[in-house]
Amino acid sequence: MIRILCLGIAVGTAAALTPSLAGGGHYVVLTVAWVVVAVLLVTYGTGRAVTAKYLVPGTLLLVVFTVAPVLATVQMSTTNYGDGTRTTKRETVERILANSVVQAPDSPTFNLTVGTSGDSDFTFFLVDRATGTAYAGNRDGLKEVSPTVTRGFVTAAAGYTMLTPKQVNDAAAQLKEFAVPVEGGAIRQRGLREAFEGRTMLRYDEAADTITDTATGTSYTVQRQGDREYFVDGQGERLSEQSWRAGVGLENYRRAFTDPRILGGFLRIFGWTVVFAAGSVVLTFVVGLGLAVMLNDSRVRGQKVYRSILLLPYAIPGFISILVWSGFFNQEFGLINNLTGLDIDWLGDPWGAKAALLLLNLWLGFPYMFLVATGALQSIPAELREAATIDGAGAFTAFRRITLPLLLVAVAPILVASFAFNFNNYNVIELLTHGGPFTPDHPDAGATDILISYTVRLAFGAGGAQFGFAAAIATLLFVITGVLAAAQFRATRSLEEVH
Amino acid sequence: MRYRLLALITATALLSTACSADKEAGPTDQPSAAPAPSASDAGPAREDADLVIWTSEAASRAVTPIAQKFGQENNITVAVQVIAADLAANAITANAAGNGPDILTLPNDFLGGALQNGTVKPLSLGAGDLGAYEKSAVASVSRNGQVWALPYGMENLVLYRNTKAAPKAPATVEELVSTGQAAVKKGTVKRALSLPVGQEGDAYHMHPFFTSAGGSLFAMDASGQYDTTKIGIGTPESIAAAKKIAALGEKGSKVLSRSIDGSNAIAQFTAGNAAYLISGPWALADIRKSKVPYDITPIPPFAGGKPAAPFLGVQAFWMLSNAKNPAFAEEFVTKTMNTPEAMTAMYEQDPRPPVRNDVLAAVSAKDADMGKLAAGAKNATLLPDFPFMAGVWPPLGQAYATIVGGADPTSTMQKTGKTIESAVKAK
Repeated sequence: MIRILCLGIAVGTAAALTPSLAGGGHYVVLTVAWVVVAVLLVTYGTGRAVTAKYLVPGTLLLVVFTVAPVLATVQMSTTNYGDGTRTTKRETVERILANSVVQAPDSPTFNLTVGTSGDSDFTFFLVDRATGTAYAGNRDGLKEVSPTVTRGFVTAAAGYTMLTPKQVNDAAAQLKEFAVPVEGGAIRQRGLREAFEGRTMLRYDEAADTITDTATGTSYTVQRQGDREYFVDGQGERLSEQSWRAGVGLENYRRAFTDPRILGGFLRIFGWTVVFAAGSVVLTFVVGLGLAVMLNDSRVRGQKVYRSILLLPYAIPGFISILVWSGFFNQEFGLINNLTGLDIDWLGDPWGAKAALLLLNLWLGFPYMFLVATGALQSIPAELREAATIDGAGAFTAFRRITLPLLLVAVAPILVASFAFNFNNYNVIELLTHGGPFTPDHPDAGATDILISYTVRLAFGAGGAQFGFAAAIATLLFVITGVLAAAQFRATRSLEEVH
Repeated sequence: MRYRLLALITATALLSTACSADKEAGPTDQPSAAPAPSASDAGPAREDADLVIWTSEAASRAVTPIAQKFGQENNITVAVQVIAADLAANAITANAAGNGPDILTLPNDFLGGALQNGTVKPLSLGAGDLGAYEKSAVASVSRNGQVWALPYGMENLVLYRNTKAAPKAPATVEELVSTGQAAVKKGTVKRALSLPVGQEGDAYHMHPFFTSAGGSLFAMDASGQYDTTKIGIGTPESIAAAKKIAALGEKGSKVLSRSIDGSNAIAQFTAGNAAYLISGPWALADIRKSKVPYDITPIPPFAGGKPAAPFLGVQAFWMLSNAKNPAFAEEFVTKTMNTPEAMTAMYEQDPRPPVRNDVLAAVSAKDADMGKLAAGAKNATLLPDFPFMAGVWPPLGQAYATIVGGADPTSTMQKTGKTIESAVKAK
């Protein structure tokens, strides 16, 4: 019964979404939704595919939340999508033309009332502010009329309903196209209650794909400049900075591999990324494990109190910790230099900044490792250590030979996960050092940049937002992290052989 | 059995479809029926109202009551949303996705990026209709024969002075340093000057000193516009200026320090720790609250140097090209805000010199600080709005930071000049 209800709800949801999705032109999403429903129906409705029943939910989630975003990213990486290319060519041309409307010199301004006669088109009822003459205008032109005028506005006309301000606003999509043609221009709406005679200074010739300035006669043709096209005049001057979206093939990848700005910093940053991630894991694990071993000794009094205190850093939201620590590291006013009497340029010196980052990450990460190690230690039977002691092993040997190997089996996957997390730990870099300090030799690649903060700067820094290029870099990072993760899992497999 | 199952599934499906369909309002046959809202992706959450304004915290205090009154008059709902971070980038993205605001407030340097992305639409008012406004302010939001925003307030850097530590306004930077250091020696304050540098530098706040020492960002053409083919960074003049800045830095007189950044610069002054502060109108509210005795003067030049030129920024109301409520937005910006009353209200809640000349005259008569802030703009140059500035500000700031930290001014400026040149040429 529950099965039927769930299936019914799935079908119903898809059906309910269909009109709005079809209306919005989201046909891909629509197809996917119905395919998912079909797969669900076939699997759970028919009772034939038994193995599929267990595989379908996981597979569907994998496809929807992992494979689909990766494919979308790869697809975007072959376009020039970004600042200046967010619109399609048609939208760009429309925007350029619409932006060229100017009020005709010495033309009258009108008080506007928008009316409709029920045939679903509009009529502008206009009162010339200077002369007080009333007009009615529609798509065919302007004619003088004598409707009821109250305080300068037409308030009623036979056969017409006047729109309220709310209705005028709601009809914006239709009114955008509406203009009353007059000699030399057209009367357009301005706000709710005013109209003016405006002229579109530019004309678009679709066949020739050119835009012409009607005042000067200059004609602008489409020309490619860099990875995008613009409307450009004979001298190479652009009509507008606005370009449009287009496919660029593998251009973004070519740029990633050939741009000296990117290559210059890449190896150094990759090295520091690995050092930062590995260093954070090792430091936090050593400190966390040391504290866990100390507090695991039954001779320690007040174990619970100490453990609670040690967990405190973990209880404070990371963002707050990081921002507070960035204040601590200030050379002149910071807590650390003030307390210790040092004068270390923590965030302005490349090595100081690296040390500061590792210190901060140690503070943020050791409670987690402490927690994990404490749990793992308690699951190791005390008899093993006793047996080692009887066999003549000292405390350190017993720890090294018995406790640590058993512990590593339990925590190795966590260490791998922690490495992967720190490999892409954007928050800590961005909130403490912003990747800096920078030198004029490498204005894009700071001393503490890791790959992810570096690529974010490349994609969204100097050139504005470059989504296509960012997607290409993300695809490359995806490959790098995938290879690293595979290598690590292979390495941790050897640990399991301890058993 | 199979058919009963099918029938049940169909029934449930119909039921759930019917339930969800009920929520949608029935279509009306008025021509004013709005198009059905299309399914939109997640993004900066636009509130659902008949007029949506995105603005800063300070401006929202003034805009909210005006917008609410506008809402009552027109019988519509309004929403004024404070967008704390990255308003420009969020608005460009949201507008492209069709779920942006109807109006937003941002300074004039939004214009370049907004035009490149087709984010804004012109005011449909000519410069002639804006005769009551300061000409340079209108010019700062004008391009291609159109006015793209309604300016309301200007902002530029000035010198705030703790009058207990420094009773007299300094005529030169040298005097500023000597009086400030004398006050430190006496123990009245802990440091001479608070000017945000930070580890990444701050090209905006350093610009007055840089220009007074002879530097420039770009050359100016005959009509007073930036000539971006002539970059001023890396030139001998810029190196000479950088040397003067280095002399004020950590290896010099220690007046400038990377330990002072955007997060603590104003607080150093309001806590009474600094004799001088270089900041803009946004610092005024905190300074007034702090009870530190202060005075405002233009930023002094170096002795024998050029005038210190801060950047002039103009805060303005922009209408978005994909606004859901363009008619209300246009009415609000060109009619409601375009009045002395609304402009006065903006000043009262977010004190900065108004750009409507009648309002500026009226508030300057009551509030001497406004006239003093505006006087600081006398030598100002317009804040450039080229989209490629995103590739100019960071390296220039970093160069200042390393120079203040003691790096070689000559090679730093030369390398930074090359970086900036490639950023400008890329566009």
